Amino acid sequence: MTVASVRRRRRDRSARSVLRIAGILLVTLAFLAPLVWMLAASLKSNLEIIDPGRTFDFTPTFKNYDTVFGDQAFGPFIVNSLIVGTGSTLVALLVGVPAAYGIARYRIKNATVFVLLARIIPGVSLLIPWYFLFSQIQLVGTYLVLVLTHFFVTMPLVVAIMTSFFEGVPEELEEAAQIDGTSRIGAFARVVLPLSVPGIATATILSFIFSWNNFLFALVLSDQGTRTLPVAISNFTSYAAVDWGGLMAASVIITVPVMIIALVAQRYVVSGLTAGATKG
Amino acid sequence: MTAQTARRRSPIDWVDANLKWLLTTPAVVAVFALIAFPIGYTVYLSLTDSARAVTRPYEFVGLDNYLYWLGDTQRFWPAVGRTAYFTGLALTLELALGLAIALLLRKTFRGQGLVRVFILLPLVATPVAVGMMWLLMFEPSIGFANVVMDWLGLPAQGWLSDKDTALNTLVFIDVWQWTPMVVLILLAGLSTLPEEPDEAARVDGANAWQRFRHITLPLLMPVIVAAAILRAIDAFKTFDIIYATKGRGGGSNNEAETLNILAYGEAFEYSQYGRASALLMLFFLLIVIVLAVLAVLRKKGNRA
Repeated sequence: MTVASVRRRRRDRSARSVLRIAGILLVTLAFLAPLVWMLAASLKSNLEIIDPGRTFDFTPTFKNYDTVFGDQAFGPFIVNSLIVGTGSTLVALLVGVPAAYGIARYRIKNATVFVLLARIIPGVSLLIPWYFLFSQIQLVGTYLVLVLTHFFVTMPLVVAIMTSFFEGVPEELEEAAQIDGTSRIGAFARVVLPLSVPGIATATILSFIFSWNNFLFALVLSDQGTRTLPVAISNFTSYAAVDWGGLMAASVIITVPVMIIALVAQRYVVSGLTAGATKG
Repeated sequence: MTAQTARRRSPIDWVDANLKWLLTTPAVVAVFALIAFPIGYTVYLSLTDSARAVTRPYEFVGLDNYLYWLGDTQRFWPAVGRTAYFTGLALTLELALGLAIALLLRKTFRGQGLVRVFILLPLVATPVAVGMMWLLMFEPSIGFANVVMDWLGLPAQGWLSDKDTALNTLVFIDVWQWTPMVVLILLAGLSTLPEEPDEAARVDGANAWQRFRHITLPLLMPVIVAAAILRAIDAFKTFDIIYATKGRGGGSNNEAETLNILAYGEAFEYSQYGRASALLMLFFLLIVIVLAVLAVLRKKGNRA
């Protein structure tokens, strides 16, 4: 290899690495900038928001947040979202974790079809019969109905994540425990479950996030008292003049909790989101 | 059975013997009560003229509702077109961008962890809030999008408020939010690929493009198709960002009305439960057909 060609290769390589760094910066900016911009807008007065020239030049104020918690009374909506998210996650874990263990250990093949089906079915096609049923027994607007319907979102997630997790736990561990005289159920409770904390953490986090973000079911099945955050936010734009500052503050309030979860538990969120997709 | 084991028979043994059913029955009951039964009920309603109040008696009308939709060139067929357009365009862009970004982020670099966290954020953000955020960004007179257009020397656009650009703008929002999903799946897929074929090709003098085209891409194909299936399912049913930014009926000219938005409006704004149910069955059929095609592609990819 000549000196010139080595030099050229080196130059190519450094040119390529500059391009690569530029590409990475561009990607980061594209995904992050809108969120930063939303945060900035939530700290602006409406006068600053409607002047595109003052995109970066503004005096931060928490006035919009006062409006959201004061005039718009967002406090209860946060509590509602927390109740529904926690409730539907707990129920999904109680029902889904044992089922996932059963599916993994007894190799129930048809179960994955149900999980897939639950993903494919348009939510609206369940909402119609639910609405029919629940309004006749006067349950529309209760937390119970919201927890039950969000369970449709959380349970397939829990089953999918936990099934793939349990399939990775070596069966020998349970067999060893059984030889030592422990029952099967005892082996599940005392050997497998403690090992499954990472899987359960993943399932819990993902199912809470998806319930928190769900809009459609609460849009129809909640009332003024049980309204969740996404529905409360969508009501902002129904007024003649949009209060942009308040809308952005409300959007920050709803997205910040899930983003903090994602930041703190990044590993779990990523493994949950990609579970199943990479196994072919 | 020996006397000894018979003596040891206890509730625990019974639990063990029936464990399979004990573990799965609650889930099966839940799936039946909350999913299978409602689906059956929707099929049933789709054959009736149920409308207005849920307590109003309704009659069996056979396939009338289905014929109504199939003959509806005002709302139904345009909505089919928009749903296909939205899903097709979003899916194509998300896969192309997702693959490019995954390859870009594949090799380790300083700050890799941080970048991966940042691209996770759009993915977990509440879709309704994401819609609101872009509603302001794309606001024609005060939004940042037209500031950028001005910098680039391009004419200002109406974005979401213009009936010709609304659907494309919604595709953009969907791409912004969900490309990271494709990136994460493909990064996970890339990390499981064997290194030997790539090394061998490098030794044989293949350049980066050749190695990508003939080695990485075929090996990654099953994961790409899996990502495509996951994204297609959700893109078809996109509701939150459309409803949050365009409101009822996908805007005043129905310019962003997809099948899901149409079905929602028919059921909960016009209280046409029978018709809406029939529409949802047609929608479901459409999704299943497309997924079947993707599944066949996947099988082909696996065999290759």
